[in-house]
Amino acid sequence: MSAPAGDDLVLRVEQVVDVAPSIREFVLRPTEGEGLPSHVPGSHLVVACGDRRNAYSLTGEGHAPEAYRISVLHRPDGQGGSAWLHRVRPGHILRCGRPRDAFAPVATARHHLLIAGGIGITPFLSHLRAARRWGRRVSVLYAVAAGAPVPHHAELAALAGDGLRILRGRAAMQAAMDHALQTQVLGTHLYVCGPDGLMDSALALAQAHGWPEERCHAERFGGVDAAEGAPFTVRLHRTGRDIAVAADVSMLDALAAAGVEWPAMCRRGVCGECRMDAAGTILHRDLVLSPAERAAQSCLMPCVSRAEGVLSLDL
Amino acid sequence: MVQTMSDPVRRATRIRRFPWPFTGDRYAYSANVEPAPGLRRTIVGEWGRTILDPDETYVAELAERRDILARDPSRHVELPHMRAASWDVLLWGLRELVGTDPAMTLDRQGDGYVWTNRRLGTCQAFRYGDDASLPMGPLMFLGSQIQEDIVLLDQREDRLWADAGCVTFASNWSMAFTAGMSFMEIHGPVPHDFADGAIPRAERFLMRLGAGQAYRRLNWTTTAGYRLDTALDSYADWGASRVRLADCDDFADVFHMRVEVQHLVRLPESGAILFLIRTYLLPLADILTVPEWRAQFASVLTHLPDDIIQYKGLAVLRPRLLAHLG
Repeated sequence: MSAPAGDDLVLRVEQVVDVAPSIREFVLRPTEGEGLPSHVPGSHLVVACGDRRNAYSLTGEGHAPEAYRISVLHRPDGQGGSAWLHRVRPGHILRCGRPRDAFAPVATARHHLLIAGGIGITPFLSHLRAARRWGRRVSVLYAVAAGAPVPHHAELAALAGDGLRILRGRAAMQAAMDHALQTQVLGTHLYVCGPDGLMDSALALAQAHGWPEERCHAERFGGVDAAEGAPFTVRLHRTGRDIAVAADVSMLDALAAAGVEWPAMCRRGVCGECRMDAAGTILHRDLVLSPAERAAQSCLMPCVSRAEGVLSLDL
Repeated sequence: MVQTMSDPVRRATRIRRFPWPFTGDRYAYSANVEPAPGLRRTIVGEWGRTILDPDETYVAELAERRDILARDPSRHVELPHMRAASWDVLLWGLRELVGTDPAMTLDRQGDGYVWTNRRLGTCQAFRYGDDASLPMGPLMFLGSQIQEDIVLLDQREDRLWADAGCVTFASNWSMAFTAGMSFMEIHGPVPHDFADGAIPRAERFLMRLGAGQAYRRLNWTTTAGYRLDTALDSYADWGASRVRLADCDDFADVFHMRVEVQHLVRLPESGAILFLIRTYLLPLADILTVPEWRAQFASVLTHLPDDIIQYKGLAVLRPRLLAHLG
C-alpha cells in the first residue's frame, strides 16, 4: 500500500564514517519495520538538524533501500546544521522528510555528462548507481582541490569506471569542461552540482557552446514546502477572533485546528475547492487563480497560499 | 466479450460498489482530483477504500485483457527510455496488490523477488531490472495481474509525455495512437475552451506531485452493452452497437453508464507519473433502481452544455435517456 506521503520518517543513525576530512557519511535505518521508500536518482532528504532543516543528497541505492546514506560537509561558517550533524553519534534518532526529487536524470538522454565540485558529487552517486542498473551512458568531471583526498573515490571509480575524471584545481577543471562541452554526442544532457562559481562557469560555457537550456540541469538546494512561510494572523471579521498561522503549517490546517471547518480537496492549490474570500496582503501560491484575480487581492486558496500581517475573513 | 448481469446477487454487489460520479445536480469538466485512497460512500454503498480493486470480475477481466493483447499487440506500447519506469511500476503495482488482497505475496531478497498470486495460480520469481527473468516485459506482466489499464508519463522539458502503456479497455481512444504524445496533445479533443483551463492546470499539478503521492479522479461516459473494450482500435467491432442504441427495444439493459476511476501516482524510483484507469459499467436498468441516482442523472443531462453533450456522444440519446429517467 502507498504510505501516506508527507509523513516524516524516523531514522536511527546506524553508522558514522569519515569519508574525507570534514565530510562525514551517515547510514540511516528506520526505527520500525524494514525497508525505506525507493527514490529517484539525485533525490535529497530534508533532515531536522536541531532547529534547522537541511537538505542532503541520498547517495545510496535507490531501489527499495534498507538504509539511506547521506554525506555531510562540516561548514564552520554555516548556520549550524552541518556542525550539529557532525556531533551526532550512532544510535541517535533523526527526523527526516521523505525523499524529494529535483535533479533527476532525463530518461531520453543519449549520454549524461555530470560535472561536480567538492561535496557537489553527492547527488551523482545515485545517478551513477541508476546509470549502471539501466545501462545509461555517463561520464563525470569531478573537481577536487589540489592535494585533497577525493571523497567517495573508490565508490566513484567502481561505478563510473573509465567515465570518471578527477580534475585538480580551477584551471584544469575549466579546460576539461570547455573541452567536454564541445565534444559530447548530440542528445547529451548536462548536470552540474558544486560551488556557485563552478556551476556558473559550467553553465556559461554550455551556453557559449550552444547547449539548449532544456539540456542543462543544475542542483541548487533551498526548496521549501509549498505551505510553509512566515507566520501571519487570520482575523475572523464577524466574531473578532484571531487565529495564528505558524510558519510550518498551512492556513487551512491552522483554521481546522481552531475549529473552523472549510471544504478542501487536493490541498495542493490546484483544484480550487478551498477558494476563500479574504482581505489583506495575500501571497498567492496556487495554480488556480488568474493574474487578474491574484492582483485583486480579494480571495485565496488557503491550502497553499499565505498572507503578510493580518488577513481578514468574513467569518 | 459481452458479459451479462443476470445473477441478482452479483447485480446488487455491482450497484453497491459502483463509483457513482455525481454528487450534485450539475457536472462541470474539471480537474476534480483528491488524495487517494479514501473511502467514498454513495447513497447505496461505497468505493475507493484501496487504489487497486481486484473485485469479483478480477479473473474474467484479466482473461479478457489477455485475449485482446493476443489479438492486437498494439495495445501495449513502450518507448525504449521507459524501461526503468516499467520496472518501477511493476514493483509499485505488486506491492499495492499485496496490501489489498491477502491471496497475494511478494518476497524479496536483494534484487530477487518471488511473486505469488493465488487467485490466478501464478508463482513467478524475477530479478529486478532483468528483462529476461520475466516471461514478458515488466509493464505487460503488471497488466496481467491488475485489471486497471496502465499509462506511464515521462516528465521532461517541463511537460509530461505518454511514452508507455498497456491499455485494453480504452474508452474511445487508442494507446498506439497516443504513444509519445504530450499531455496537451492528448487532451486536444476535450471541448469547452480547453476545459476552461482545467487541462493545463492538471498537467502543472501532476508535474508537482511528490514521490509516492497518489491522487484520483472520476471520469464518466456511456457505452452500448457491457463492453470494456471500446478502444478506437476495435471500433469496427462496437461502433454499430452504439448507433443501434438510438432505437433498440431493450434500451435500459443496453445503455451503460461507464465510470473510470483514474489514479495518478508519482512512481518512487523512476519519477514517472503512473496513470491508472479502472473501468466500471452499470446498465441504465440498475440506475433506475436508485431514485437519487435517477434524479441526479436526469438533472445533469438537462444542464450539460451542448459541446460536452456532443463530446460524450449523448446528443442523439439525451431525449431517450431523459424519458427513461423522468
